[in-house]
Amino acid sequence: MNGLLILIPVALGLGALGLGAFLWSLSSGQYEDLEGAASRILEDREDPPSA
Amino acid sequence: MSCCAPNIANTIANDVCDSDRAALLHDLRSHARPLADGNVNYQIAAPSMHCGHCIATLEGEISKMPGVEKVRANLSLRQVSITLHAPELSLARVLETMDSLGFKPQSPGDVARQVEDPALKSLIRALAVAGFASANIMLLSLPVWSGAAGATESLFHFISALIAVPTVAYSGQPFFRSAWSALKHRNMNMDVPISLGVLLATVMSLYESFLGGGSAYFDAAVSLLFFLLIGRTLDYMMRNRARQAASRLALLAAKGGMVVGANGALTYLPLEGIKPGMILRVAAGERFPVDGTVVDGSSDVDRALVTGESAPIAVQLDSSVEAGTLNLTGSVDLRATRPADQSFLAEITQMMAAAENGRSTYMQLSDRMARAYAPVVHILALTTFVGWMIYSHGSIHASLTAAVSVLIITCPCALGLAVPVAHVVSAGRLFAAGILMKDGSALERLAAIDEAAFDKTGTLTTGEPTVRKLGIPAGEAAGLAKALALRSAHPGAKAIATAIAGAATNSVFDLREVPGHGVQGVFGGRALRLGRATWVAEIALPVAHMPVDTGVAFAIAGGPFYYSTLSERLRKGAAATIENFAAKGIKSCILSGDAALQVQMVAKACSITAFHSGLKPGDKLAFLKNRADAGKHVLMVGDGLNDAPALAAAHVSIAPANASDVGRTAADFVLTTDDLTMVNFAHMTALKTARIVKENFALAIIYNVFAVPLAMAGQLNPLIAAIAMSSSSIIVVGNSLRLQLLSPKREPDLSQPQSQTNSKVAHA
Repeated sequence: MNGLLILIPVALGLGALGLGAFLWSLSSGQYEDLEGAASRILEDREDPPSA
Repeated sequence: MSCCAPNIANTIANDVCDSDRAALLHDLRSHARPLADGNVNYQIAAPSMHCGHCIATLEGEISKMPGVEKVRANLSLRQVSITLHAPELSLARVLETMDSLGFKPQSPGDVARQVEDPALKSLIRALAVAGFASANIMLLSLPVWSGAAGATESLFHFISALIAVPTVAYSGQPFFRSAWSALKHRNMNMDVPISLGVLLATVMSLYESFLGGGSAYFDAAVSLLFFLLIGRTLDYMMRNRARQAASRLALLAAKGGMVVGANGALTYLPLEGIKPGMILRVAAGERFPVDGTVVDGSSDVDRALVTGESAPIAVQLDSSVEAGTLNLTGSVDLRATRPADQSFLAEITQMMAAAENGRSTYMQLSDRMARAYAPVVHILALTTFVGWMIYSHGSIHASLTAAVSVLIITCPCALGLAVPVAHVVSAGRLFAAGILMKDGSALERLAAIDEAAFDKTGTLTTGEPTVRKLGIPAGEAAGLAKALALRSAHPGAKAIATAIAGAATNSVFDLREVPGHGVQGVFGGRALRLGRATWVAEIALPVAHMPVDTGVAFAIAGGPFYYSTLSERLRKGAAATIENFAAKGIKSCILSGDAALQVQMVAKACSITAFHSGLKPGDKLAFLKNRADAGKHVLMVGDGLNDAPALAAAHVSIAPANASDVGRTAADFVLTTDDLTMVNFAHMTALKTARIVKENFALAIIYNVFAVPLAMAGQLNPLIAAIAMSSSSIIVVGNSLRLQLLSPKREPDLSQPQSQTNSKVAHA
């Protein structure tokens, strides 16, 4: 029972962390240009775009 | 057609591009987004952007320009988002830079303009929250099912409640809202039983966990929401993709015009600023912005939008032209006769809006199911309650528990998933085959058709004429004719150029396009003419029989008169499409604005017996209304503006790849390949989808047949509810995935091998 009291909050916390990370990435526009992201990585450039 | 098409751009004055650019500037400015820091953000479409290097070039070059704060290219949307300090000055220069880099800037169109789609984002957020909650609650439920009791059970129920209540309140909103608006209008849709089930499951579980000490159904309520949200999100994304693709293909229609002022100066005015009586200059290659009368100049006009006929009409002083028709060969001044909102184009738009309203009475299958299903569920729950009241001698608690568990178990996600998953899989399959679908109900309507009506020009035929009988002898004559033909953008000239593409081109001097007549030039001191028969005959030897049809003549001054006849080329697969429909018992007919003779020729080539010629847009509409009144479900396949009202009014409609902007918007499906047999494939997919949807409903209901008696007997427990719900969903998804196996080449094998279906289920 004592183990549960620690482990359940830990499990829920980790899950919430993942959920939070996903919601953040969604609102920061990381899914708006999936094709572009795939192509950008192939381009050699010294200066990253000032995004 | 936009300006700057290669063969026109060289021949016409600069003001064409200026007017197009002015229109684009006006369009972009009117949709600019002012930012909080005083900068202004513009969305510019750049359809030719296609790789990582394009992004690098665009962003690199534009960010160097003065006044540019931020630039970000989006490859998925083929759009550039540009933020400027001093917008009025630099926007035009940004567009110039884009042009010089080879990315022709365009207006993104109304649908694609919204980069951020708030509705989709909120759906995905709801889905993410429901996914997190259902996974965690499920983990907490497993120990309870395997026997945890006492303090552990209470603790787990308490944690589940803590997760479930906010999740239901947040992720359930799309369903609650839709159910509420249906109830407000005294309607019934699938969201009513879903909302009722989820809410009751939550409330009953809360009561049992804290007061009653019985079973809790938090896992069922939340995983139901999760599964349903998957279906809803997929459905939304499918519609969005089709809408965006359709608008990306859209042509840039005239949004304003160059007005000639009192002192002869040209100023650009948007459509709403153009008043009757104003003089407008319309260059070759542009569409007329308003209805008007020609006051200066002459040209050929492509009136295919109005008549559906591809052969251009010559216009000169006092000819009247309609808004939306295309000026082909010469610059023309016209006096506007009607304001833009009363033009021919506007009338068509109003006709379409009226026709679409008439069709909105169509009710989707899932809603029809809900209408039949919901009362049954509610009666079952009531019967259970009354039965338990009698059996348990008036124990309200026991009776209520049994009645609520009936409502929970009859609200399976399988029913909610049955339609959207099948539609999404079909849409994906159609998309891969080159067919864009606007929404799911179109598939249901396409499955119900029993007649098909085709437009002729641009649908059954390619809209571009081809030479039927070449009258020009090979050798020098062919070489000279080719040199003349290459000079013109006229469809007839293009056909001639294609027909004698093999001839060696001679160099001809003084090449000049004479609007309304043809092309002329000089070779070896003798005049050459290619074009309208009467005009060419002026320089040729006397002609015995002057041809009356719209062929192309060619002559060298003082030489023989060569006449080539033109005919329309059937689109690839046109005859096969009609044949396939006939084999399925679907009658086809042609609705055309063309003259009877031409329609008859095409009808014969496609073996269609029923054809109607000389129809105006309103006549096509009336024809379809007649058939609908006779109880027929007609599929309309058409491309032009003149078909648009018919496309909107028909039971279901398809527009081919070359369709006009308006035609694409009006149709339910848009083909992106040239092959017309894709119409058959779409129909076949629709039939198969209808079948799969019915199977899905049957599967979902079979599960009810087993589960409902348990619930009525008060024997339902959360473990059975969870297993039944998940397994029926997976079976429905697996069944729908069978649609992915359809291929346009062969007829569907309705009994797919079982092993394949199983492997798909395993993947799901």
